Amino acid sequence: MNAFKTWFHKLGSPPFFYEFAGYLRPWLWVGTVVFAIAGLIGGLLLAPPDYQQGDAYRIIFIHVPSAWMSLFIYGVMAISGLVALVWRIKLAEIIAMESAPIGAAFTFITLVTGSLWGKPMWGTYWTWDARLTSELVLLFIYLGIIGLYHAFENERQGARAAAFLIIVGVVNLPIVHYSVVWWNTLHQGTTVRIFAPSSISLSMLWPILAMMIATKLYYGVSLLGRARIAVLERERGKDWVRQIVTEGTKNA
Amino acid sequence: MREFFAMGGFAAYVWPAYAVFFLVLATDLIMTSRRRRNFIRQFRAILLRQALRRKSS
Repeated sequence: MNAFKTWFHKLGSPPFFYEFAGYLRPWLWVGTVVFAIAGLIGGLLLAPPDYQQGDAYRIIFIHVPSAWMSLFIYGVMAISGLVALVWRIKLAEIIAMESAPIGAAFTFITLVTGSLWGKPMWGTYWTWDARLTSELVLLFIYLGIIGLYHAFENERQGARAAAFLIIVGVVNLPIVHYSVVWWNTLHQGTTVRIFAPSSISLSMLWPILAMMIATKLYYGVSLLGRARIAVLERERGKDWVRQIVTEGTKNA
Repeated sequence: MREFFAMGGFAAYVWPAYAVFFLVLATDLIMTSRRRRNFIRQFRAILLRQALRRKSS
């Protein structure tokens, strides 16, 4: 436990984090590719067509994992944002701020793929129902966080202001999640459950779960890449950054 | 093979959805690597300028 504690402490130091993230990132990449290939083969080739939706349902294999990521990344941001506000840890600020564009990307993907799925199934690309509207609000919150962060000259001030916005925006997460329960909506309810049997056949379930792992790992790849540059940018006055920059792009 | 690409008549919805998924994530990665390149290039230029100034004074 003590060894883990010192390791975790060390991880807060920018040069150590930079090196560690650079070492970890290729491995996350390998995992992302393996799980994505498995999920895509399982979803596009092996899973049978749906008895009601035909092949159109195959959008589920990117739509649902992306939707989960749009909420999951916000959760990560909320926790690291809170840590950044309370303990003023630089790395927590970086994790929160660099996660925002990735979360916005996944939210955007969720909305577009959902809309492309809605057209053949519901007959419309868009409808102002609870699930769709709250997910759109989530995208605007992400964009607001990114905008607020960049509106400040000083990164740390910007990060603190944006962290407050993150905390306020948490209120939207349960609304997105429970919208299909609380309101009558075109959107179907939850079919994949963790704590109860899922109402989906196994041949369709496992590719979704594989893609879920792939998108999680991709988030790691993207976040570590972004965080490493953010660390360099923020620490640009320090010797170790100077050394990395002059030594060339070795281990870039 | 043709059957696979036809997606049971839903090709016009399924494939654009997958295209958006991959394009958006690829853009995310490209933006990051470009940001890294720009930072290193600009920082090197600053260091070079500092070194030159030190030499001339």
